This record gives sequence, C-alpha cells and structure tokens, in this order.
Amino acid sequence: MPYNKPHPAETIIISRRFHLPNSASIDTFLAHDGYKAARKALDMSQDDIINEVKKSNLRGRGGAGFPTGMKWGFVPRQSPKPKYIVVNADESEPGTCKDRLLMEFDPHRLIEGCLIAAKAVGAHQGWVYIRGEYRYLIDIMDKAIAEAYKANWLGKNVQGTGFDFDLSTHTGAGAYECGEESALLESLEGKRGQPRIRPPFPAVSGAFQCPTILNNVETFCAVPDIILNGGDWYASLGVPRAGGTRLLCISGHVQSPGVFEVPIGFPMMRAINEMAGGLRPGRKLKAVIPGGSSCPVLKADECDLPMDYDSLAKAGSMLGSGGMVIMDDSTDMVKAALRIIKFYQHESCGWCIPCREGTLWLKKILTRLDDGIGVRSDIDLVGELAENMLGRTFCPLGDAAALPTISIVKKFRAEFEARLAQVQVPAGVSESLVRIHV
Amino acid sequence: MSNPVNLTIDGKAVQAAPGTLLIDAAKQSGILIPAFCYYEGYSLQAACRMCLVEVEKFPKLQAACTLPVAEGMVVRTEAASAVQARKTTLEFLLTNHPLDCPVCDKGGECELQDMVFRYGAGESRFTEVKHHVDEKQWSPVVYYDAPRCILCYRCVRVCDEGMGVTALGITHRGAYSEITPNKGDHLNCDQCGACIDICPVGALTSGIYRYQTRPWEMEHVGTICTHCSDGCKTTLGVRNNEIVRGNNRDSTGINGEFLCIKGRYAFDFIKHEDRLQSPMVRRNGKLEEVSWAEAVKAVAARFAEIKAAGGAIGVAGSVHSTNEESYFLQKFARQGLGTPHIDHARSGDVPALIHALAGKTDALATADSLYHAKAVLVVDADLSQQHPFLAFQVRANVRHHQAAVYTVTRGPVREEQTAAKAVHTADYLAGVRGLGEDLKKHADLVIVFGDGIKGAAVGELVAFGDSLGIPVRYVCLVDYSNSRGAMDMGLLPELGPGYHPAAVRGMSLPQMAASQDLAALWVVGADPLAGGKRLASGKAFVVVQDLFLTDTAKQADVVLPSASAYEKSGTVTNVTGQIQRLKKGLNIMGAKPDLEIFGLIARAMGVDAGRAQNEAVFEEIRKSVRGYNVPLPVLATGGAAQAQPVNGRVDVLPDPELVRSAGDTLFTSGSLGRYSKILGSVMEAPGALYKG
Amino acid sequence: MTFSPELEARLAKMLESYPKGRERAALIPMLMYTQDEVGHISKELAEEVAKRCGVTTLQVEEVVGFYTMLRTKKMGKTHLQICTNISCLLVGGDELWQHASKKLGIGHNQVTADGSISLEEVECIGACSWAPAIQTNYDFHHYVTLDQLDKLIDDLRRIQ
Repeated sequence: MPYNKPHPAETIIISRRFHLPNSASIDTFLAHDGYKAARKALDMSQDDIINEVKKSNLRGRGGAGFPTGMKWGFVPRQSPKPKYIVVNADESEPGTCKDRLLMEFDPHRLIEGCLIAAKAVGAHQGWVYIRGEYRYLIDIMDKAIAEAYKANWLGKNVQGTGFDFDLSTHTGAGAYECGEESALLESLEGKRGQPRIRPPFPAVSGAFQCPTILNNVETFCAVPDIILNGGDWYASLGVPRAGGTRLLCISGHVQSPGVFEVPIGFPMMRAINEMAGGLRPGRKLKAVIPGGSSCPVLKADECDLPMDYDSLAKAGSMLGSGGMVIMDDSTDMVKAALRIIKFYQHESCGWCIPCREGTLWLKKILTRLDDGIGVRSDIDLVGELAENMLGRTFCPLGDAAALPTISIVKKFRAEFEARLAQVQVPAGVSESLVRIHV
Repeated sequence: MSNPVNLTIDGKAVQAAPGTLLIDAAKQSGILIPAFCYYEGYSLQAACRMCLVEVEKFPKLQAACTLPVAEGMVVRTEAASAVQARKTTLEFLLTNHPLDCPVCDKGGECELQDMVFRYGAGESRFTEVKHHVDEKQWSPVVYYDAPRCILCYRCVRVCDEGMGVTALGITHRGAYSEITPNKGDHLNCDQCGACIDICPVGALTSGIYRYQTRPWEMEHVGTICTHCSDGCKTTLGVRNNEIVRGNNRDSTGINGEFLCIKGRYAFDFIKHEDRLQSPMVRRNGKLEEVSWAEAVKAVAARFAEIKAAGGAIGVAGSVHSTNEESYFLQKFARQGLGTPHIDHARSGDVPALIHALAGKTDALATADSLYHAKAVLVVDADLSQQHPFLAFQVRANVRHHQAAVYTVTRGPVREEQTAAKAVHTADYLAGVRGLGEDLKKHADLVIVFGDGIKGAAVGELVAFGDSLGIPVRYVCLVDYSNSRGAMDMGLLPELGPGYHPAAVRGMSLPQMAASQDLAALWVVGADPLAGGKRLASGKAFVVVQDLFLTDTAKQADVVLPSASAYEKSGTVTNVTGQIQRLKKGLNIMGAKPDLEIFGLIARAMGVDAGRAQNEAVFEEIRKSVRGYNVPLPVLATGGAAQAQPVNGRVDVLPDPELVRSAGDTLFTSGSLGRYSKILGSVMEAPGALYKG
Repeated sequence: MTFSPELEARLAKMLESYPKGRERAALIPMLMYTQDEVGHISKELAEEVAKRCGVTTLQVEEVVGFYTMLRTKKMGKTHLQICTNISCLLVGGDELWQHASKKLGIGHNQVTADGSISLEEVECIGACSWAPAIQTNYDFHHYVTLDQLDKLIDDLRRIQ
C-alpha cells in the first residue's frame, strides 16, 4: 500500500502513526501513546466517556455524519440484554479508501477505540465487519487482535480492571449495501445484506437484536485522542457542530492523489491544489464529487468552499465519506453518470421497488444515451426518474443513486445533448420513430 | 388498553391504541391505504413503498405500514405527493412486469391491475428491453413466473411464518432477485398453495387452475372442505358444473385464508373416472346398472322383508355425511327399521371426553382458543400433517402472542420447531405428567389429543388438567369432515343423538361383521369390508351408498351412487364442535345426496322417519340433540355455530378399542384420497412421523 | 466434507466468535474461507456449510446469490478483478478492462479455456487514491498501466 509522507498542510492526528516503521505492531503502538486512552477510559465512568465524546462534536465518518456521542447515548445501558460493538469496515463508497489505511497502518488504534466504546456502554463483545475484498486487512487486524489479547488489552479482565471485552473480525462477501448499518447487521447475522426497518435503530436493537454501537472505522479511531486530550480540544479542531479532523481521499484527475488528514472546514481548493498537487498540466477543473459517489457533483465554480457539513449542504451536496473525486475538463460526464448509476444498479439489494427498478431503468437509458442513441426527452426522463426515486426508497441507496444522477444531468445537460447530436437521424425520421427503434 | 392515541387521517378524527401502525389505524376507520407487501398477520417489509403517505411535520413521505400512530399526527393518505409517488412507483414496477394480462390467470383479480387502475399512469414511458426469465414449474401444484413477480415477499412469509415450512427464499440481488424453492429446481413442502393465493399478481400460479378459466366466469361457492375434520371453508370456483379451483380469498370461515392442499386442490375426486353415476343391482352375481326407481324398490322390498322377519340389520354411517343425513339415518334405522345396530368408523374418543368434563363449562376448545391460549399441549398428534388448520392456529398464536407450545408424541413433529418443550414417548400420559410444572406457569392451556388417549386415559388426562390449577380446555381429535357430527348424531351402537344411551345397545361394526345372523348391512359412505374382508354372515343383503365402488361395494347387492359434500347442502360439525353449512356447488349426473336416498327408501318402505329435507331435519336436530340449539342466522350467513354438546355424564361409554385414527397425512385422505390425483402426485413430504 | 487442518481450526474458532445459538452468523465468513480452499461454492460445500451453521441449504443459496464474491461456478486459478468505477474510470480503468478482456478473449465472470485466469469487472475496491487498481485474487495492484497489466497477464498465464 503506497503511503506518502504527510503533507505539511495536513493536521495529523489519527494518521500520526502511519509513517512510523512497523506501525501496525503493538510495540510501535505502545511506544507512541497506544492504549493510553483506553487505560484512562477503563477508569472513567460510562457517562464521562460519553460526555467527552459528545463534547468533541465527533460526527460519524461513514458518510451520514450523525453525532457519535448522541448515538452512544441512545444505548439503553440498563437493558438486561448484552451490548455489542460493531465496526463498519465495509468501506465501499466509490472514491473512499481511508479505512484501509487506518487498519493497515494503525490497527491497534481501532481496537483501542472499540475498547473505549465498549466501556462506555458496557459491551463485552464486538466485531470488525471488513469488506471481503480487504482480506489482507483482515489478516492484519487478526494479527493485531491476537497481539492485543496477548497483552491483555482484549479478553477477560482487561488490564486487571475487571472489564471483559472480546473482539474479532468478520468478513463481508461483496455487497456495497452492507455499508448501510442495518444491512451490515443482517449480513453479520448470516443473512442477505438487506436493510432493516428502522426504528429501532442499532443503538436499541442492533446485532442479534441487542443494543449495539455501530460506527465507521475512522469514527472509532478518532475516539482515543478525544479521551486522551479531551472533547473540547477535539471540537476546537473543527468547526462549530463538527469537531476534529478527517481523512480526505483525493482521487481522479489530480497530480498527487492520496489520503490526507485535515480539520473539518478545510478549504476544498487548497486540498485539491496544495495537497493533491493540483490538476494535470493544461487541464481545468470541471467537477468534484465531494464525499463519495453518492453526493451530488459540484461544478468547478461551486468548489471554492470549506469542507464542512453546513457549507456543502448549502452548496447542494454533502460532506459524505471523504471520498473526493476530481474531474477535469477531459471528463465525459455522460460516461460518468452511466458509471455511477451502473454501480448503484449493481449494488441495489432489490428489496424495494423504486431503487430496484429505478436504477435498472436509468442504467438502460444512460447506456443508450452514452451510445448517442435516444431523444432529447430521454435526458429529461433520466432526471425525472431519479427524482421519482428520491426520498421514497427503503434505505439511502436510492437517494445515493438519484442525487449524483440528478446533479449531473442538470449541470451538464449540454454534454448529453451533444452526444445525441453525434448520431445522425435521417431527415424525415421523427423522434418517435427513433424511440421505437431503440 | 392504555389511553388511545388521537390522530387525523384524511380529515377524519381517528383513535387507535398506542403502537398501532398507521395503515391499521386507517383501515380501522375505513380508510384503505394501498400496499403490496404489507399483509396483516405477517412480518413487516416496507418494501413496496405503495403505502407512502404525507404526515405533517415529516419532511419526507412516510411508510404507513411501519409508522406507529402518534398523538396529534395529521395524515393525508391521498395527498398529491403520495399519489404522485404511487404513480411513479407503479411505473417502476411495470418496467419489468410483462404486460401479459390477457393470458394471465390473475387477470381480473390482480392487485397490480387494480393498483394501476387506481393510481397508475395512462401511458408507459418505458421503451427499453425487459428482463426476461422463463417460467418454472416447482411442483404439480406450483408454477413461478419470475418476470411477473413484484417481490412483495408475501409468499416467503406465508410459507415461513404461516406454514412453518420455509420452503421459499430469495436469491440473486437487485432487479434480478427471484423467489426460489427449497430444493434447487423444485419444492419439497406441504404443497398447500398458500403462496399462490397470497400472491398479489400472477407470479405464482396453480397447476390445477392455470389457463382453465377467466375468474369472472366462475361462480364462487363457499362451502366446507370434505377432507379432514378441521372444518375449513373453501370457496369453490365453479364453471360449467365443474370445480376449477378452491381457495378462501374472501377470508370468511373459521380458517381465514388458510387452506391446505386438500381444501385448495383435492376436489378432483369428484370427476374421477371411477365415480359411480348409476345405481347397480346384483343379478346373476354381477352388478348391473339399473334405474334409481328399480334400485330403491329392490332395497325397500328387501329391508321390509328382513324387518318383517325380525332379521338383524346393520347400519354403517359415514364420517363425511352431513349431520342431517347422519341424524336421519340413525332415526330411520332405530325407528323405521327397528334396528339398534348402528355404528361408524370412530377416530377419537369424544364420548369419553364429554363424560370426563361433566360439570365443567367452557372446557371444550375451539379453533379460536388455539390462537388465543397462552399455552398449547399437543399429545399424540402430528398436527401439521393431520390437522393443518389447527396447526396453523397454533403457529399464529406463537407468532402473534408468543404462546408456549408443548408436544408429547412418539416421534418428531413440526410443532417442535417452536415448542417450549418436546417429549418423545409412546407413554403419552407419563410424558404429559412430566410437563406439569411447566404447564402450571401459564395462564391457560389447551390440550389437543389424538387417539393415543382414549377410554380411561381421557379421564386421567382431564384429572391431570384439573391438577394444574389453571383453566384447561380440550380438543379430542377426530379424522374427517363430519366424524364429530357422526358421534353427536348418535351413529353409535351405545349412544343415540346427544350422547344419550341408546334404548337398546346394538352391535358395533366389528360385531356386525362377525355376526353369523346378520341379515342386512346398509353401508353409507363407509368401507367396513376394505381390503377384501368378508361378512361372517353369508346371507346378508348388502346395500352400499358411495361415490366409488369401494371394497364393500364390490360385495354389495345394491349400490347407490351418492353425492359428495360439494354436491349437496346440509351441516357438518368440525373437530372443535363448530357447526357449519355446506353449500352445493354442482351436480354430478346420476348421483344423489344420501339424505335424498334415505327419503326415497323410507317412502318406498312406507316408513315415516320425518321429512328427508335438510331444514326440517336440522330443526329436529336443534330441538332434540343437546348442544345443537344454535342460532340459524349464523349458519345461514355462512358462519360457524358452536355446538355445546352436553355438560353431564355419559352413562354408557363406548368401547375405546374401537377408536382408531386412520393416521392420514397431508397427502392422504382415507378412501377419498385415493381418488384425488393431485394428492397422489405430491407425495414428497409426509411428516416425520410417517417415515418408514 | 472436511477441510485442511488450518481451515478447520479457523472454522472452529469462527463458530465460537458469536453469541451462543447464533452460529448462523458464521455463515458468510465460513463460505468465504471454504470457498478459498474449495474453489467455488459447490452443492456439496453449500450443504456442508449449511449443516455447520445450522441453516437450510436454501438459506445458504439466498446468501450466495446476494454476495458477488461468493461463486457457484469455478473461477480461474487467478481471479483478475479490474475496477472501472468512477475514480479508476477517470484514470484509465476502462482501458485496462477492455485490454484484459480482449487479450484474454473472455468477458465478465468468464474463465480462460485453460482455467488459469478468470476476469471480473468489479465495483470500487477502495483503492481510489491509487487508481487505476486491480486485484488478483486478494492482492491489490495500484497505479496499474497497460504495460504492467500486459506483463501481469503473461505471468499469470504461466502459473498452471
């Protein structure tokens, strides 16, 4: 795995051990503040831990951005049922490749985050659900977990505190939908990765119908530093209502793509131009997917903004998962739209009608349009069908498919029209005949 | 109930219990929110998105099937946004749905058609190629056409939750998802057809019904299934004097929508090629077809001779005949022919139970009790095989009320899947006693028992029930559609109607067969000489009324073709004592209902046994058979009236040795089953008790 | 059916990694790891895993049909997965895919006649910042060029 030295403009907190030699080993970890936060948390009260996380303004790094402390606070700690910790390491949002680094270079940080969360809600067992393609990371995590057991940071009576916590990895098997938390839980239980009816949310009824803290890898990884340095400190790194730093995965048409840690609110153009080395020579920025392919794309002139939840919402998009896809003026937006919908169609679990049928229909139309076959009203139809999925599907996958599609068709309509103009319709052949023909 | 929640649906003030789902609250107040996947009684899916409604203060449309009501909620089920959402969801749904409605069995009663009619767009914008896969046959009964499937998962749930079979699953993903049977390319299941009936579209179709008719060409006749004793209502689809299907989609009857393979498909015996359609009289050792007049005359003349000569006449009644027929038969026999020798094939010791419950009230369980009791104990019965509806009730009780189920059987049974405790033993009473401490914990209990508990054991079982200190109710299982009625009507040598001791104790069926002096044997819908048995009396004049030329009929002097339950009216009493009315669905040329035949013989003999007419006989039953004084409007409107037979001692108890269940499975039905080709075609899954 | 001692040990540990009575949770991991050894989810393997996890074979089928990494047919000795999702697409993922498909003469989820290589156009494999990326079995290859892919395929063909 290529990992560059940190860029000077980065604020390295959760990535601060990445560049250390043998960074994944427990020895390196312990030599660099490892498990100090867990040690501290083991002596803290549950409320104190949760309050610290609440104060930190840490928001879920998987994409939805739900306040983590609040989520932990929903766990009914008095419930007689066992509580569980589940790590969402099913990283599969196109454009996103940060959890890979966290698990590859600092697996013990994740274990430490889980341990703190377990203490916070009284959980004694947890699983790291890792996407099947990341087998080498499962091996790394398994090794780190074994080290942690050996050093008594996992298992019975952790560090003599009387607290028990077991953790194991769990492989996925190829399904984007399992990144959705309730689908992940179904998958964890050995079923098809189809989302559950919510409420109840996992905090109340999660893994095996027991209260469960389910967060993204990066979210758990942020916790040790919060405990160590205080929630206020973490909050101060970011913007109001969204604390700390996060990993940006920059990909696409930049000279030095990579994963960079920046405070929330970092300017998007600085990330592109400074950290990622800017665009290729002679190329101009055309569009940016700011946080994974589920987000509406931003046109070049919309990109001069700070990377925080509110600013992106104001711009009509989302901060998402941190997966920034940079597209320069060579990008074929019709192809981009097709590729994105092809993905969501492939990953649609099929549970609900609008997503199952909508994504397939859209794929069929966009495939045609990409070939230049179609009529102008087809372009409208794409937008309308995507709108008809929006807000009506069982889980967010429908919106994830619809939002980028709507934005591309709206913002780059001219490219679709130009594509259609490339195919010559013989004189006298009406639009309806073309329609029948296709 | 805690304080009701007040909400407004479509401008109407509505009250509902806390926790009620919006779709149910709307339904309770007469507002139907459309849905495909939502189905009352089964788990929630929220998959079809048809029930999206506008709820004030929610930014997005909400699924009414999963949203619990809340105080002050304001709902608009037909808001423009909701209607538009339905229109577009239907547009999505139709993209891959073949519009082959003209040749689809479901056409005319398809929920998708209805939904599109109400909410769909007037034109289709879909011009792409549809995804096609070929239709598959999963069993003689079940066909699956994946392109028509809208993936509402009703079939999966009814099979898993309703039937406890879990023979259907979902494979593949996304738009290519399909329903899949449990054995790769075919089904190994109850073949009940519940999945077909519950399918809102024509994705699952029945091998029996497909391509037979348009639904509007049928007459729908709600009657009672003639197979087991559970008394399910089946609605026969009759066209041109032929039954083309059975179902219970209107949910009337004690069974709601439940039917097993027999109720849904095993009506085909009526048109079996061996069906008798002409009376026959033995001449020169051979049965020859004669007219009804001739046959009746022959019977009446011979009966009169034997009666005059004081010869012994044995009468074997039927477990499929109506109450009216059984009552009339015993009355005709006892008063008209002057014979006490009346019996039928007994399959459960109901008299012993009634005797043991003397002095108790409300101790006989109904089908409904099995759904509401906190605990159910099944003793010596493979309920799912032998009493599929009762088993369905128990499963629904577990699902909806978390009832505790206990089983004491000699081998594994399906009820064990959800049982709190399952005991395998042939010493049923010992097994039952071992559960005493567990059973005591529950608020009430229903004990269902088979023929392994009979005679004195019934009394011991009831004594055990008394010792628990909780209300206990009982079901004594019997085999066939009117096994219970046959006993209630007094088709017993020891007991007359209403379990009154007979004036003279007659011979039982085995005694009749063994009697050297038997002068006549009149067999109505029974086969006492099955397997080629011979009467000890060589001179007996044998008369048989039946649908088929049974083993007994082959030895008969006169054979009279009788009508099946689907070809006549009258009442039957199910295993739990619920009286229901048969409704005639069709005529079979040449066959006559037993009651009509009795009337003809009585008239020819000049015997007055009352009017051989259903209403008149039933009126007499109401007056003279204890427990049958039931309200007529209930029956007339197709309801089930509860018989409360007696509440007192039965002074003469029949011989328990004569009680023996035929031990049918889902795919056998005594002598009738042999003539159902459909039952014979699906032999793959008899219950575990029947293996080997 | 029995597996190698190492796999058996892993499976035993796997079954203990979930709350009692929840052995079904081991279903997907068990399918993944046994598939690695057996090659694909044969009927026999499905039945074996069903037995070990206490589910029906239908429940195994439901799962196998859902997850793209679970395969009911035999794949090549090396399963070559080429990502063409958005980040890879922008930097030549599609060209890699076209090239491999043409060179091998096989399409999506097909296997070469000699059984050495199977090809799959995969969705995002989480290598966006190091695109275009491919996977050979579980190994990642980043910043892949057409020449590298060419050479890789030649090498893989030699592994029989």
